[in-house]
Amino acid sequence: MIRNLRLAAALCAAISAAAGAQDAPSVGPDKPPDTMEARVQACTGCHGDKGKGIGNVYFPRLAGKPAGYLYNQLLAFREGRRKYTPMNYLLAYLPDAYLRKMADYFADQPMPVFTPAAPTVSQAILRRGKNLVANGDPRRDIPPCMACHGPELSGREPGIPGLLGLRTDYISAQLGAWRYGTRTAVAPDCMQLIAARLTEEDVAAVAAWLSSLPAAPGVRPLRSTPTRLPLDCGSQRP
Amino acid sequence: MGILPRPFRTILLGAALALLSGLVPAAAPSRGAPAALVERGKYLAQAGDCIACHTIPGSRIFSGNRPLPTPFGTLYSPNITPDPETGIGQWSADDFYNMMHTGRSRDGSLLYPAMPFAAYTKVTREDCDAIFAYLKSVPPVRQPNRPHDMHFPYNNRALLIGWRTLYFNEGEYRPDATKSAEWNRGAYLVQGLGHCSMCHTPINALGGASEAAAFEGGLIPMQNWYAPSLTSNREAGLGDWRIEDIMDLLQAGISNRGAVYGPMAEVTYNSLQYLNDQDIRAMAVYLKSLPPREASVPEPENSPLVAESTQMFSEGRRIYDRDCASCHGGTGLGKLPHYPPLANNQSIEMASAVNPIRMVLNGGYPPGTRRNPMPYGMPPFAQHLSDGDIAAVVTYIRTAWGNHGAPVTAREVNALRAATLD
Repeated sequence: MIRNLRLAAALCAAISAAAGAQDAPSVGPDKPPDTMEARVQACTGCHGDKGKGIGNVYFPRLAGKPAGYLYNQLLAFREGRRKYTPMNYLLAYLPDAYLRKMADYFADQPMPVFTPAAPTVSQAILRRGKNLVANGDPRRDIPPCMACHGPELSGREPGIPGLLGLRTDYISAQLGAWRYGTRTAVAPDCMQLIAARLTEEDVAAVAAWLSSLPAAPGVRPLRSTPTRLPLDCGSQRP
Repeated sequence: MGILPRPFRTILLGAALALLSGLVPAAAPSRGAPAALVERGKYLAQAGDCIACHTIPGSRIFSGNRPLPTPFGTLYSPNITPDPETGIGQWSADDFYNMMHTGRSRDGSLLYPAMPFAAYTKVTREDCDAIFAYLKSVPPVRQPNRPHDMHFPYNNRALLIGWRTLYFNEGEYRPDATKSAEWNRGAYLVQGLGHCSMCHTPINALGGASEAAAFEGGLIPMQNWYAPSLTSNREAGLGDWRIEDIMDLLQAGISNRGAVYGPMAEVTYNSLQYLNDQDIRAMAVYLKSLPPREASVPEPENSPLVAESTQMFSEGRRIYDRDCASCHGGTGLGKLPHYPPLANNQSIEMASAVNPIRMVLNGGYPPGTRRNPMPYGMPPFAQHLSDGDIAAVVTYIRTAWGNHGAPVTAREVNALRAATLD
C-alpha cells in the first residue's frame, strides 16, 4: 500500500507540476524562513535545538543518528508501530518525502557533547551491563550490543542507532517497550527478539552502563559494511 | 510548458490524459473496466475518503479491520478489496449501489451508521458504479473481517431499524433548481461523498444526527475534538471568508484565515487535497452559502473586559509573549499562511474551548499536501506547561485583540490532558 500511495503521490505530483494548477497559497510579507530548521520547530521543543537533546530524561537526542534509523522511527510513529501518543499525533498526516527530509536534517546535525550523570547503581550492576554490551551472553543467545551498534556504540548506517548520549530511563523504557510490543520495527524485528531474551535486571544493567559512557564529539555512525550481523534485521536491509 | 497560460496547460494535459486512457483501455488489472472509469472511481473514492476507515495506516489499501471506537463499542471496518472470499470479489455493481443507497449489505444485514450511508445514499448510480469499478481494480487482499465488539444492547442489529427510522432518509441528491450548477455540485459533494455532516452535525445519545441541526457542529465522540458549526459565522461558518481562502483551507490545509487540524487534517490529507479546483470551488461556494441562518444571539461582549481585569489574563499574556508570539505575532496576526492568525480566528473564539486547548497541549502539523508538501508545525506544550499555564494562555488568546471567547479553567485543560495523552 505504501508503494501504491507513493506511486500515486508521485503521479499526482507530476501531474500537478505539469498542469501548474496547484500552487501553494500566497505567502504574506511576514513569512517564516524557508528552512528545515524552521519547519522542525514542532520537534525541537522536546528534542532540543538541532535535535541535540534537552534535560528531560525521556526525550532522546536526534542529532547525528543515522538518517535511515530516524526515518524508520518517523514511519513507525506515523503508522503506530511505535506507540507514543504525542509523536503518533504529530506525524499522522505527513507524507514520506517530508519525513525523509526531517530525518536527513537531524542526521546531518553534529552529535552533541554529552556529559553522563554519575551512575546511581552499584559497581556490580555496571559490570554486568558492561559485560552484556561488550560480550552478550552466548548461553542465552544474546549478542553483544557492540556486534551491531559498533565497537564505539556509534551506530551503523543505514538503520542502527548509536547508543551514546541517551539517558538510563530512556534506554530502559525502549527495551521494555520492545518486550511488551509497544515499540516494533520493520520485520524481522531483531531487537524484539533480543529484548525478549533480557531479564528486568539485564535491562537495568545495560541501561545504566550505556548511559554512564561519555560521547566523544564528532563520532559518526559506521558506514554500512558487508559484515554479517548476528541476527537478520529488517531495518538494516537495503 | 512553463510559458503557456494555466487554462491552456490544463486543457492540454486533459487532452493527453484522455488520449492515454483511450489508447490503453484495460492496461490496469481491472479485468475489463475501462481505465477512465477506474480513474474516475478512484477520484470519487478519494472524495468519499474510503481509505480513512478501510485501511490501517501502513497496511494494504482497503484491506479493512481498522478499529473504529464508538461510544457503543468498537467496530472493525470490512475488507473492501476484490478478494472473492474475504472482500467484495463476489459483489455486483447492483449489490454495491444497493449498499451505498440503502445501508444494507449484500447479505441483507443492516450496516452500522459508522458507514456514512445516510450521506452516501445521495450518491448517483453512475458515481457508485465508477467507485465500484475502482475498488474491483485494487489488489485483492485475503484477510477475514474481524467481528465487531459492540456492548449490549448495541450488538443487536435489529435496533438499527429504529435508528434508521429516526435518522435515515434514503434517496439520491436532488438538485435545487433555484441555485447554480456550481452550488449544486458543491452541495452534492458536501452532503454525499464528503459526508461532512458525520462530524459537523451534533450527535445525540443514540448516535444519530438530526437533520434539523444539520451542520450545527458538535463534539466528536471518542476523539475529543469539537467539530465546529458550519452554519455559524462565529464558529466555522465561512460566510465572511473569501472563496480562495476556503479553497486553500480545504485543499492545501492552510490558508490566510487558519489551518486544518485534528480530524479535519485527516480529511484534507486523505481526501480533499486530491479534488480538482472546480470541485473544491463548488464545495467552497456551497459552504459559504450555509451561514445566513445564523441565530441573532448577542455576542458575549463582557468576557474580554472581565478577563482583562483578571490575573489570568496578564499571566496568559506573559506566557504568550514568551512561547507563542515568535510565530503567531505579538498581536496575534500570525505569519500567513503558515502560522495561522489567532486574532479574529473563529476556531479560537468559539463557545467550545476544546480545540484551542488541544492545540496548545498537543501542538500539530497541518497535513502535508500536494500544495503544501512541507508544512510548518507547532510544538506540543503539554510537557512544558501546567494546566494553569495553559488555561491562562488560552484565556488570553480567546479574549485578547478583540476576540470574543470566554475564559478557560485549569480543570477543562486537565480533562483534555488526561483524555488525549495516555
